[in-house]
Amino acid sequence: MRRFASTLAVVALLSTVPLITSSNVVLNFLVVALLIALVGQGWNLLGGYGGQYSFGHAAFFGTGAYATAVLQVRYGINAWLGFGIGIAAGALVGALIGALSFRYGLKGSYFALVTLAFAEVLRIIASVAPATGAGVGTLIKLDLRPEAFQFQSRAPFYWIVLGLVGVSLMLVRIIEDSRFGAYLVAVRENEDAAEALGVNTTIVKLGAMTISAAITAAGGCFYAQYFLFVDAGIAYGPWISVEALLAPIIGGVGTVFGPLLGALVVKTLGEFAKLATGDAPGLDLVIYGCVLILVVAVAPRGIAGILSDLRHRVLAPKTAAPASLGRGHG
Amino acid sequence: MVEALLRVEQVSKRFGGLLALDRASFAAEPSRITALIGPNGAGKTTLFSIIAGYLPLSAGRIVYDGASIAGERPYRLARRGIARTFQIAQPFMGLTVRENIAVGAHLSRPARADALVAAGDIAREIGLGDLLDRPAATLTVAGRKRLELARALAIGPRLLLLDEVLAGLNPSEIRDMVPVIRAIRDRGVTIVMIEHVMQAVMSLAERVFVLSEGRVIADGPPEAIVADPLVVEAYLGRGAAGRMMGTGHA
Repeated sequence: MRRFASTLAVVALLSTVPLITSSNVVLNFLVVALLIALVGQGWNLLGGYGGQYSFGHAAFFGTGAYATAVLQVRYGINAWLGFGIGIAAGALVGALIGALSFRYGLKGSYFALVTLAFAEVLRIIASVAPATGAGVGTLIKLDLRPEAFQFQSRAPFYWIVLGLVGVSLMLVRIIEDSRFGAYLVAVRENEDAAEALGVNTTIVKLGAMTISAAITAAGGCFYAQYFLFVDAGIAYGPWISVEALLAPIIGGVGTVFGPLLGALVVKTLGEFAKLATGDAPGLDLVIYGCVLILVVAVAPRGIAGILSDLRHRVLAPKTAAPASLGRGHG
Repeated sequence: MVEALLRVEQVSKRFGGLLALDRASFAAEPSRITALIGPNGAGKTTLFSIIAGYLPLSAGRIVYDGASIAGERPYRLARRGIARTFQIAQPFMGLTVRENIAVGAHLSRPARADALVAAGDIAREIGLGDLLDRPAATLTVAGRKRLELARALAIGPRLLLLDEVLAGLNPSEIRDMVPVIRAIRDRGVTIVMIEHVMQAVMSLAERVFVLSEGRVIADGPPEAIVADPLVVEAYLGRGAAGRMMGTGHA
């Protein structure tokens, strides 16, 4: 259990927030930040560890969100069950897109563009298909019972999303310490060399994409239950693809805590920007853009990278800084 | 005669209008070092890439351990026991030396801890013991060449394809590496090496094949090869052998 010590400590600390404050503003802010951390962790597994930069994680987020909402509204399926099906559906979409992309050897920007294209196709389909409510979207009926995955206060939602983030942190930590994780990082660093060592690079990438999609889909399922409304622009829109990659890149790609750190920092910056400018629409995106440029230019390993450099400088000034497993591309 | 572990039979490779390999054949006997030499552009690395599954062949057959392997993907060949090094070292830059070797060691060791321990053992054997926790990106050329070798060994190969592991090393580094390669052979690993450093070829190889313009023009023990006029001319141009041996007309 020692390897989960830091994860458990962070989750335990965060779980006390609703006991300290019942402010809806604070809880709402943290729920959204944790949601982005969850979605970002999905991206991080494939992008940060596997080096496959996706611009279309909306495809998985949206599939989770729509599956949860549509199954409840149209088929009367229990919300918790719908949540599980939503995660599975997201994983399936990930496996399909992955199988097609990796089968044809798409890498780098080609892979990014193809994932973006798939997400856009799904967005367009969802905006016209009757099953998804087309342009109107799907509204989940208010039904404030825990059995329906709806709660009177925000605290239970907060604990649920925190629990999901905790699970995703531990999952990535387990992968980091496994043969699959070692193969995934080897694929990121050099695919030809990995193949020469017996790594089936196609299967490794496909596995990472499927797990990545499942994590991100869980975020989509949660979104649907929390906001009780889904439409094509929300579910499959580029905004969530951007959030999914922004959090880990700013927090530190290929690190366990990068997406969580990044999500908290980005969301905090966004809130301050709104306060300072009186809610000018789109300004948070401008802020994101600036922060992203800064991070890529100054600290390509993100906040986690800066923290680990600082720690090595303070703790071990004599020894050379060891490279972490999850070092990103420079 | 012993049954060869690897037999390359009449392999041709065409890149558009260029015939890079023209019915090239050679065989590697088990637990022996076979060298593949030839001038630049002769097709040696192309042949290695075909054997290791990185390039499809245009014609011919490759038989390994009694089975035809042409067309199989590199990772499957690695699992059958064929390891290769790259002419230009391809380390996993962001990983440490130990983590690099562990990727290979994982092939037969699913547990992370086992693979890391095995990686340490192999590193010490290859002379990288002091650099285990250094990032691969900080290694010198000589260090990277050793890492290539260590990583390839970590999969526990029966056949090891070495693509110029000595190129770029200084004479003392070459002297250090020769016994390392010999020790690998002595453990029963079959080695095929592409090499330009003739001093090493002479002292290591039991049999040499000479490739020139995609064809195998000579083969035999190293002493016979260096005296072969065809080989000398392949390197130095037509008539060179005659001039050097003083028998031709100047």
